[in-house]
Amino acid sequence: MKIIYILWLRQLKRYIRSRSRIVGSLGQPILFLIALGFGFGPTFQKAGGGDYIQFLAPGIIAMSIIFTAMFSGIEIIWDRQFGFLKELLVAPISRMKIMIGRTLGGATVAVLQGILVLLISMIAGFRPTQWHSIPLALLFMIITAVMFTAIGTAIASLLEDMQGFHLIMTFVVMPVFFLSGAIFPLEGLPSAIKIVTLMDPLTYGVDGIRGALIGVTHFGFTLDLIVLCSFTLVLLAIGSYLFSKIEI
Amino acid sequence: MADIISVKELTRKFNGFTAVDNVSFSVKKGEIFAFLGPNGAGKSTTIKMLTTLLHPNSGHITMNGHDPVKSPDLVRKTFGIVFQDQSLDDELTAYENMEFHGIIYGVPDEIRKKRIEQLLKIVELWDRKEDLVKKFSGGMKRRLEIARGLLHHPLILFLDEPTLGLDPQTRNHIWSHIKELNKKEGITVFFTTHYMEEAERVADRIAVIDHGKIIATGTAKELKKRTKTDNLEDAFIELTGRDIRDEEAGTAERMRMRRKVFRH
Repeated sequence: MKIIYILWLRQLKRYIRSRSRIVGSLGQPILFLIALGFGFGPTFQKAGGGDYIQFLAPGIIAMSIIFTAMFSGIEIIWDRQFGFLKELLVAPISRMKIMIGRTLGGATVAVLQGILVLLISMIAGFRPTQWHSIPLALLFMIITAVMFTAIGTAIASLLEDMQGFHLIMTFVVMPVFFLSGAIFPLEGLPSAIKIVTLMDPLTYGVDGIRGALIGVTHFGFTLDLIVLCSFTLVLLAIGSYLFSKIEI
Repeated sequence: MADIISVKELTRKFNGFTAVDNVSFSVKKGEIFAFLGPNGAGKSTTIKMLTTLLHPNSGHITMNGHDPVKSPDLVRKTFGIVFQDQSLDDELTAYENMEFHGIIYGVPDEIRKKRIEQLLKIVELWDRKEDLVKKFSGGMKRRLEIARGLLHHPLILFLDEPTLGLDPQTRNHIWSHIKELNKKEGITVFFTTHYMEEAERVADRIAVIDHGKIIATGTAKELKKRTKTDNLEDAFIELTGRDIRDEEAGTAERMRMRRKVFRH
């Protein structure tokens, strides 16, 4: 327990200390909120979609969570390159504990980032409609964060260095975000896109967070939870397996 | 005295290339043992196998009575290691790095606090304990790693090129610390180096390794006597038929640069 705690604490300390990372990673969500929110807002309103900021903000919160979580997972590559991973791997502790500690740490950081973005989006005009379901929104944020930290860990376990990082951003993170219903409603999509969005795990995270914050869900909380949890368990298993296979 | 490390017919191949080739040697409890050889001779690969990071293709290792392949966790408790490349967390303070290590090695709270203070004082970093490691010089980092490697009272301390890239003054400084700890705590020290004079000055016994094979083992005196030379440098050339090569900047260093660019 203590081992998991110290691993978690390490991630947290690293996050809180790198102010440039916090500020830097808030830049993108703010830009999306302003550019998309105010840019598409009038069109969205005209089309009868209602207030676009209300619709968009939960998606942007989810975005900041997956970016931060993926990055936390991928930090293993840093640890590998800068040697700290060796310190962990020669220690008399199981790889499973390392994986759990890291994942919880990464997920905590991602949720904190998500909360920051929630507060910022409220400055931009977003208003959660039901305060009592904020804990439910947090639950969805946590599961989403755990899932994407696990994906990051899985990918990082396969990569030797940061060369592949941009590849991951382009072919994993960006598609997962754009095809998740974070920035557009799922109703009335062409069927090809619809199928892709249904296979995207983030779709259910976004839907759950949005449902909890503004009271409108596409799939319903139960389905969102079941799908998210299943994805998360599978990805955690894959991540743990790949992590246990790391050789220096 | 009893052997604390014993290695028999150890072999490790990488895609057909034999990095360590049928190597056998033993290290006695409490001695300072040097692996002397050029880069790429198989020194680090051997250390990785001794410290459970790599599995041998064949051969047998016993570390304080345990087999690193069969009971890695038992073996992991018996040694401390200072790697060739840095393995500290730059974003944590010196004290936090020590504390992290103590906790993952299960050192009880009371003992951990005392031991951290004692060790940081020995390596003269106690007054810098609250500083982030990224502010440390190369020599300070190396000293901190040595202190960290000793925190859990290991029986054996592995040092992979412990003074690589350090200036002569820092090098001497670090060795005097290691020798002090070797005397005070009876720790067995196993180190690799490609500095002849370091092996000659510090080690009780030296194994000369080249192309994955151990060519000779003995005290510096014995090696010189055997080759009929009067310094270890000539003895080395006599044994291996060549001079020791020097090294260029490693991959880790290049990555460090890249990270800096990436973060800003």
